[in-house]
Amino acid sequence: MTEISFYLTLALYGLAALAYLACLLRANPCQATIARRILVVGFLTHCLAVIHRFIAAGHLPITNMHESLSFFALSIVGIYLYFEVRYKVSTLGSFVVPFALLIILGAGLVPTTIKPLNPALQSAWIYSHTILAFGAYSFFTISCAVAILFLIQSHFLKKKHLGNLFLKLPSLDILDEIGYRCLAFGFPMLTVAIITGAIWASRAWGSYWSWDPKESWSLITWFIYAALLHGRLTTGWRGKRAAILTIIGFLIMLFTFIGVNLWLPGLHSYT
Amino acid sequence: MNIIVVGLSHKTASVDIREKVAFSPNSIEKPLRELVSLDGIVEGVIVSTCNRVEIYATTRDIAGGIARIRRFIADYHHLAYNLLEPHLYSYHGEEAIRHVFRVASSLDSMVVGEPQILGQIKTSYGYAAEYKSSGIILNRFLHKAFSVAKRVRTETKIASSAVSVSFAAVELARKIFGNLNDKTVLLIGAGEMCELAARHFLTNGAKGVMVTNRTFERAQKLADEFSGEAIPFDELFLHLHKADIVLTSTGAPHAIITPPDLEEVIKRRRMRPMFLIDIAVPRDIDPAVNEMDAVYLYDMDDLQQVVAANLEGRMQEADKAEAIIAEEIIQFYKWVGTLEVTPTIVALRNRFDELRRAELERTLAGWKDAPPDAEKRLEALTSAFMNKLLHQPTVVLKKAGQGNRNDLYLDALRALFDLELGSTDTDDSLELEE
Repeated sequence: MTEISFYLTLALYGLAALAYLACLLRANPCQATIARRILVVGFLTHCLAVIHRFIAAGHLPITNMHESLSFFALSIVGIYLYFEVRYKVSTLGSFVVPFALLIILGAGLVPTTIKPLNPALQSAWIYSHTILAFGAYSFFTISCAVAILFLIQSHFLKKKHLGNLFLKLPSLDILDEIGYRCLAFGFPMLTVAIITGAIWASRAWGSYWSWDPKESWSLITWFIYAALLHGRLTTGWRGKRAAILTIIGFLIMLFTFIGVNLWLPGLHSYT
Repeated sequence: MNIIVVGLSHKTASVDIREKVAFSPNSIEKPLRELVSLDGIVEGVIVSTCNRVEIYATTRDIAGGIARIRRFIADYHHLAYNLLEPHLYSYHGEEAIRHVFRVASSLDSMVVGEPQILGQIKTSYGYAAEYKSSGIILNRFLHKAFSVAKRVRTETKIASSAVSVSFAAVELARKIFGNLNDKTVLLIGAGEMCELAARHFLTNGAKGVMVTNRTFERAQKLADEFSGEAIPFDELFLHLHKADIVLTSTGAPHAIITPPDLEEVIKRRRMRPMFLIDIAVPRDIDPAVNEMDAVYLYDMDDLQQVVAANLEGRMQEADKAEAIIAEEIIQFYKWVGTLEVTPTIVALRNRFDELRRAELERTLAGWKDAPPDAEKRLEALTSAFMNKLLHQPTVVLKKAGQGNRNDLYLDALRALFDLELGSTDTDDSLELEE
């Protein structure tokens, strides 16, 4: 049952990604209604898959690569759907949904077996720490997509290259606002995730901070987004350079999330 | 009944001819009445805009109708016919329908896709309806033209892009700011272009206008017009940061806004984007400011290129629009065809029924010992006989009405049975819905 809904989700995300891309490339105006409907159905089957796995495993399914990636894709899609409905920006989906598809494809490629949870981690902290971390990751993913769109749109405006894509992309102000929202939600979530992680670590491993690679890289990520938010709040920093830093922040975040697990062994290795 | 179109437009006549034959909307009743009292003209609508003067009419006699309307346009305006004649075009049948559909859809406009023409035709039709010069055919015809125009507008991108410089500026601003509701426009200098653009920004929701000029009185006057705020010219940089959209058109020989000027402004704006539109020649704003983050500068050439590209796009969309029109013509033609046929069918039935009743009466009058139900039985018999006899010809006629061969059948029938068509008014219930 878990498998069926997982592969159904995979197929639906694939279809939705195609529909969003088709909408972006078509010459005529396009509302992406079909793409959104497919994505909503995919999101629901995905929720079902995660809930099933939760019941089967007996703990939040977020303890191996397959589960983490799947959960990451789920929260990206959920948050994206909120922004699409709130700001009516379906072109954003042409960038975010294919990324979510890649993530869930990755989840399909790694082993899916359910492993018993390490006794050290059997604690209620797992919920606050991991859900907040994944929430932050998802907001940062969307802020990266928004930053890319901002750079493209700003480039078109500066170079006076006003083609079909230009007409379909949202206005700079809307992109700026979505980006800021992502930062304003994502950064506090990351902060609290790190703090709860430290508390959990002191309970499980006896130390708040052990310079485990995941911890170090999380801190680097945190500093980048702290700088972005600080700049925004003090001098209203935004625009091209802020967009570039947002993209860099996302790449480092992606490394923190996936790269560290693949290449840098440490305490978080079973995640 | 045939639809005919006679007129002239920007394509066939220069403005000095067009203004001579324009019909004023204030005194449109008189020409409309004269038009429908012309020999052979049944219904008429007069469309008169600054780019075209056209008369749509229905007539039984195509050649005569067209000739009389051509004369009418010249005579009504007391012009020599031979002066006007080379500028006039006339259409009938399918060509007339296509022409009006194209005009209403703004495919025949000077600026293809401009939205005003549809409203102008609607107003003209309104007058014709008010003074009862349009009837069943033109009513249906023009409503069809309106719906075709609407289809073209929604199914193609023909009207979706800005084709004037000031509209292009508004569209670009929307791509920077999303909506213009809380945006302030600053006018530097007082060119006509600038004013027009400012007006467009205001009608599209901009919050307020600031005006500055080297002569403060002019700034004050313009500011009053927009109920905005006038600013002394030497205080420009004290207020520049409040403006989201800046329009410049001064006669200054050198740039009045340079990158160093803007650096401070951008800081004070907390890096929110600024849209600068420089309409002046020579330019008022140093082009280098476009390199600055958060500043988007467009000059006259840039805007004109946007407009030119949009126009080209519209031309491509026009092909799609022509296909829609071709489709709608076929549908409308079917309806026109049935209009011709219906009165003939009615007349034919009436003629048969008349004969039947006369014979029935004669028979009953001479039949002394008729049984009590004789009349009822004979009535049923003759009615059934007549209906069976007429069924096949009616079907064939209705079918022919939708094709092009109806004239042949209709003429033959009218001659064979000596039918006279009383009036062309057809009952609405007999209309064939598309």
